Amino acid sequence: MSVSHSRVLLAHGSGGKLASELLSTIFLPPFANPILKTMDDSAVCPFMDEVSTSGGKEPLEIRVAFTTDSYVVKPLFFPGGDIGRLAVCGTVNDLSMVGANPRYLSAAFIVEEGLPTSCLRRVVGSMKKAAREAGVSIVTGDTKVVERGSVDGLFINTAGIGLVPPGRKVSGALVQEGDSVILSGPVANHGISVLLERERMGFVGTVQSDVAPLNHLVSRMFETCPNLRALRDPTRGGVATSLVEISRQSGVTIRIFEEKIPIDPDVAGACEILGYDPLYVANEGKLLAFVPRAEAPLVVEAMRSIEQGRGAVVIGEVTGGPDARVLMTTRIGGTRVVDMLSGGQFPRIC
Amino acid sequence: MCLAVPAKVVSLEGEKALVELGGIVHQADTRLVPEVKVGDYVLLHAGFAIESLDEGEALETLRLLEELVKAEVA
Amino acid sequence: MSFVEELRLPDLVRPFIRKIASYEGPPIHIMEVCGTHTVAIFRHGLKGLLPPAVKLLSGPGCPVCVTPNEVIDRAIALAAVPGHILVTFGDMMKVPGSYSSLAQAKAEGADVRVVYSPLESIQLARENRSKIVIFFGVGFETTAPTTAACLVEARSASLRNYFFLSAHKLVPPAIGALLTSGDVHVDGLICPGHVSAIIGSKPYEFIARDHGIGCVVTGFEPVDILQALSLLVEMRTSGRPSVVIGYRRAVRPEGNVKAQELMRTVFSVGSSVWRGIGEIPGTGLSLSDEYEGFCATRHLDVKLRPVREAAGCSCGEILRGVKSPPECRLFGTACTPEYPVGPCMVSTEGTCAAWYRYSPSTGAGSGGSSERGA
Repeated sequence: MSVSHSRVLLAHGSGGKLASELLSTIFLPPFANPILKTMDDSAVCPFMDEVSTSGGKEPLEIRVAFTTDSYVVKPLFFPGGDIGRLAVCGTVNDLSMVGANPRYLSAAFIVEEGLPTSCLRRVVGSMKKAAREAGVSIVTGDTKVVERGSVDGLFINTAGIGLVPPGRKVSGALVQEGDSVILSGPVANHGISVLLERERMGFVGTVQSDVAPLNHLVSRMFETCPNLRALRDPTRGGVATSLVEISRQSGVTIRIFEEKIPIDPDVAGACEILGYDPLYVANEGKLLAFVPRAEAPLVVEAMRSIEQGRGAVVIGEVTGGPDARVLMTTRIGGTRVVDMLSGGQFPRIC
Repeated sequence: MCLAVPAKVVSLEGEKALVELGGIVHQADTRLVPEVKVGDYVLLHAGFAIESLDEGEALETLRLLEELVKAEVA
Repeated sequence: MSFVEELRLPDLVRPFIRKIASYEGPPIHIMEVCGTHTVAIFRHGLKGLLPPAVKLLSGPGCPVCVTPNEVIDRAIALAAVPGHILVTFGDMMKVPGSYSSLAQAKAEGADVRVVYSPLESIQLARENRSKIVIFFGVGFETTAPTTAACLVEARSASLRNYFFLSAHKLVPPAIGALLTSGDVHVDGLICPGHVSAIIGSKPYEFIARDHGIGCVVTGFEPVDILQALSLLVEMRTSGRPSVVIGYRRAVRPEGNVKAQELMRTVFSVGSSVWRGIGEIPGTGLSLSDEYEGFCATRHLDVKLRPVREAAGCSCGEILRGVKSPPECRLFGTACTPEYPVGPCMVSTEGTCAAWYRYSPSTGAGSGGSSERGA
């Protein structure tokens, strides 16, 4: 039988195919507009203004990048970060991915009755620190308290705005044949960190989340390569899902090389034990970049000079081919398709 | 049907071991492999060590494989 | 020696790829019995490295795929009872039964918990004395000793709130039934590495002896699988089938005797129903007399709606190796990993799921035809 999705499942929130289906069947049609349709990490919203020049008045387009995200991570605190840091960095990064310079954030809190105020203080302190690291200000916000049991401790929503410099155009739809694919560092740290913190599952010791703001890295990258085609931060659904999304946005075939994908040994070990594919595990301090091939070496070098880009490496290329898909050359020289995440991953025995 | 990974026993107390793979440490119940010692490698499946790995055989396998590669190149 | 890194060096596979590529005889059909092998073959893109004459078939070695709807329905019904906690391996969550799945039941409020180890179910029973904890035991001989160990512990701790729903199955007699049926033509078998770590290699001897088919007990690294293929091609060419342990670092001919003893204490062997194949004698594990008190089916009454099978689903034929996924009319259209009709599509190591995700010619995003193999 076909399991009907008359109810929302947890899998609908996992950032894979079911999530995008929820989006395309329930949310996009009623809200339809061209900006929403682009489906990049942030919306780029044009505002028309006028500027006085010697020749009279000229139209000026200001592009404001605008994004929002809600953070419901459990547990609230994990090695390398917490929900507060995540809430700031996630939104900063979404703005950076469309080439904007993040400036102002809002922060709305939904607090469960009974949450210790010390916990809230700790989260807010973490947000302050992250905001300072990123160079952004939290300028407006809201707080609601709900009855015990209505939320899991604390949920945070952040929204953010920043300006996209004139002339800069970065989008998942602009990728071309011949482009190189760069990954800024090792994969799967965040997802594994949170999973191990939430469900021990027999693991001893911890894995550090990679949650970090990427805007300084992105600025450096644009300095080196104004022609950056696309940026994406591979959060829920992992690197695989982001690559498939971009391959569809641009209608290209992307080929990546298994041996080039960086992963820390302890993260690799945890994935092996649980049967998780690291390509599908969330990252919160990494980005994928598509650049013209000739500029890739310079971009990688520039990235490695910044903390967040230390592990930058070219992992693949955009090849010809009629299909919009992602292929991977395996370590032994075979080829396999990389698909989007279907629902969530579960630990498995098979 | 058989997701089991090789991991090294780093500590052992009764039937409870800690095993290590790539630097990550995991608990493993050793009642199915009572003869196992610290330093041995085991197959970890569903929180149990289901069999110990024979280092001698592994090295022999590797040696044979490497020989085949050398013969190819020659 | 880490047992992993050294064996993953890409160079090691080359001699085998070359050897297999040099085969020029009539088509050879090799079946990998184990679902984990099916996935490994696809994940590493092995099929594309083989010559057209060497054909791979997937067998029924996915314990999730062969669990019949009735058992899944029972697990869901047990989970839906207030005061019950149904504990399962992640593999079973998305598998469709007659009407629903465990994931769907959880969304509707059933207390379903996913665990990595069955030991966690014992822990849950200890911590939730006022609830009834039921462990859904799926898996072959690799897993059965681990659930057996938990039942021994439950017994010695006198846990009154712990129950077991067994869906455990045994592999060798199922292979025998498949070969005897004559449905599928097989020239060689890649035998499951970790099942064999428990049962040893002796249980496969009847296959070489009575059916004249070679068997290689195989590990899961690409080099293991390619070595096995090379050996099986050689056995076929020389006409000298035998049972060989390729996975020598993990499998002894006698297997893990302690684990086998534990299984014999806790379980008794009977016949069981394999989805798409039917009832096969000697392949089911139910609780022995001594442990019968933990049997969920016996002691926890639930009402089941009539069991039904999905129309058009070819999982049965796929599990027997008679059809390949693209030959199922539902493949990729009505049946996808997001909306699976049958378990072969939703199980992480189901043949259809592996084909759908990984195969360059018919996999996701391709405009590929429904040809066999990539």
